[in-house]
Amino acid sequence: MVVSAIQNGTVIDHVPARNLFKVIQILGLDRIDNQITFGTNLESKKLGRKAIIKISGLFFQDEDINRIALVAPDAKLNIIRDYEVVEKKVVEVPDSIVGIARCMNPKCITNFETVTTRFKVVSKKNVSLRCHYCEKITNQENLQII
Amino acid sequence: MKNRSLVSIDDFTTEEILRILDLTEEFEKEPTSRLLEGKVVATLFFEPSTRTRLSFESAISRLGGKIVGFSDASSSSVSKGETLNDTIRTVTNYCDLIVMRHPIEGSARFASEIATVPVINAGDGANQHPSQTLLDLYSIRKTQGKLDNLNIFMVGDLKYGRTVHSLMMAMSRWNATFNFISPEELKMPDEFKLYLDNLGLKYYEHNDFTDIISKADIIYMTRVQKERFSDPIEYEKVKNVYVLRNSMLKNTKPNMRILHPLPRVNEIHQDVDHNPKAYYFEQALNGVYTRQAILCSLLGIK
Repeated sequence: MVVSAIQNGTVIDHVPARNLFKVIQILGLDRIDNQITFGTNLESKKLGRKAIIKISGLFFQDEDINRIALVAPDAKLNIIRDYEVVEKKVVEVPDSIVGIARCMNPKCITNFETVTTRFKVVSKKNVSLRCHYCEKITNQENLQII
Repeated sequence: MKNRSLVSIDDFTTEEILRILDLTEEFEKEPTSRLLEGKVVATLFFEPSTRTRLSFESAISRLGGKIVGFSDASSSSVSKGETLNDTIRTVTNYCDLIVMRHPIEGSARFASEIATVPVINAGDGANQHPSQTLLDLYSIRKTQGKLDNLNIFMVGDLKYGRTVHSLMMAMSRWNATFNFISPEELKMPDEFKLYLDNLGLKYYEHNDFTDIISKADIIYMTRVQKERFSDPIEYEKVKNVYVLRNSMLKNTKPNMRILHPLPRVNEIHQDVDHNPKAYYFEQALNGVYTRQAILCSLLGIK
């Protein structure tokens, strides 16, 4: 095993390698004291290069973990207790996105004032977001994570 | 509707829209009163829009309300670098309602979340201008006697024209059929056509007027602006194609009326003005009554 096992906690697998640090940022893993190990640029048949994150002693609520759906839509979570996988979870794109993404409209108020961005998810398959403020669509191709 | 803001036409249910139209009818019968006596309305125009501002200020004045505000960002604290956040937080203390026009899209929604008084969006960039949509709906209902099953023709700049987008979406609540007449470069964007497809509503696209306008109940004209064209030659080619002339109205339906959000440049020839089917100046007058209805609804007076 490239990244050593944990006794209790959460393993996030199948994160696209290029988005590893975005996942860390969105989940706030850079601001907690738990033991965390991660590996990146690991080989994956599905993703080419993937990353894996193991967080000791931390368990996520569904709504928290769904926040990474924009950057790691295929991520899989293993919940570990006593070195055993007791539950598996997949990430689901939520109905709304608060923060995280930038509105692509250069004339949107969120790109001028200090405002937390808010989007309604209008399509989950090919992620498409409608800005709560300017009502314009931001889609996968022009999606930028803040 | 008391203490609500009006940012986007979709903020209102169909019942609420009809209630505003009914109230507008009341104000048309009795436009002058003291209903807003003791109330202060702030009109914050971060970009100039003489017509919209005067219409709002006329609506407020005829109801005995007082107005504070500015008509141009250069004469306000914005020119000193104040954020919109700070302007709204301050002004909300001075008034009972804010009417705001701002060049940045989404600014009105943002303001409505900060202000402790209702906010009326009087245009936020290319996004929304709901009081225009409501006055258009009022003008349509008044001239046609109904809103259902009408054949609406929209002409000119259908790509950037925020008034046509909002009106189209609003009229889709009443099973309208749409005909879009525009140059190729200024066609109705796909997202709006998709919206109609999803509702199962019919629409047709044309590159010129032809005889089809004989089927119209409403012809909604807009300005084709030169600066919208990437190629100036394209503009020269089409600039006279989308001009409505009196001679073209011969075979149109007797109930047909011509609307225009104004200002007009040359897209409606002046020889149309005396035709009883020309309705754009009455439409502007309806704007004052509609704004009286909106103001009184949001303040909980009516």
